[in-house]
Amino acid sequence: MQNDRPKSKKIAIDYFIKGMDFLAAGEASSKIKHTLQLIGFRPEIIRRAAIAAYESEMNMVIHSTRGMLKTVITPDRIELIAEDEGPGIPDIELAMMEGYSTAPDHVREMGFGAGMGLPNIKKCADEFTLESQVGRGTTLKVIINNRKE
Amino acid sequence: MQLGELTNILNGKFYCGEDKIDFEISHICACDLLSEILVYSQAHALLLTGLVNLQVIRTAEMLDMGAVMFVRGKKPTEEMLTLARSKGIPLLSTPNTMFLTCGILFQSGLQDINPGKDW
Repeated sequence: MQNDRPKSKKIAIDYFIKGMDFLAAGEASSKIKHTLQLIGFRPEIIRRAAIAAYESEMNMVIHSTRGMLKTVITPDRIELIAEDEGPGIPDIELAMMEGYSTAPDHVREMGFGAGMGLPNIKKCADEFTLESQVGRGTTLKVIINNRKE
Repeated sequence: MQLGELTNILNGKFYCGEDKIDFEISHICACDLLSEILVYSQAHALLLTGLVNLQVIRTAEMLDMGAVMFVRGKKPTEEMLTLARSKGIPLLSTPNTMFLTCGILFQSGLQDINPGKDW
């Protein structure tokens, strides 16, 4: 009897993110979280992914013109890719410092702009890469591994 | 402490989520900076805040928080109520200041969230 290897399962979903749209902000992350719950990931994995997705989404809403929040989900890991069009990040090292933020005043009044977003995303991630081109945009990639307990 | 009893000792009220009146709250996250809440909070805690906007509800949703209570008598907007109801997140308010609310809750045995918690 031939034993077939099971096909690898993958779910890939893309969400459009509009800059400065604070009414829709968070919807994409909410859907990603819901998808992970339906699949049945452990709560701590879902929490890390939800925080990383939401912080990434809010970064795009606050700092870019538009972007895409992409997620690729397999049984072994969750990959989040936030690609945006916008001013880009001139100094990534500076941007990664806790407390540093370029958020405008009206965004700070909403409770954002504490400068914790990128460090928090990195803390949630098993792998984290951030690339940016000034005048074009930024791409953030996060991988969260679904390690067995 | 159950959410209903917690609301009573704070002279507070429910705006939505009364069905969770028996929900057990043991930890409090008192904060007005959403980015800090995203770093330092923990699941099922009560979010105590003076910040009133839709992203407070989104933040509570992402963190699986037990409920959100607004201090100084602040009221949620209709958009916030709609989102909170759809996510099953109770929204409450207390007329007390943040300081007084924290003091009452601390004296009543509620605990701070654990900021040093690792994944």
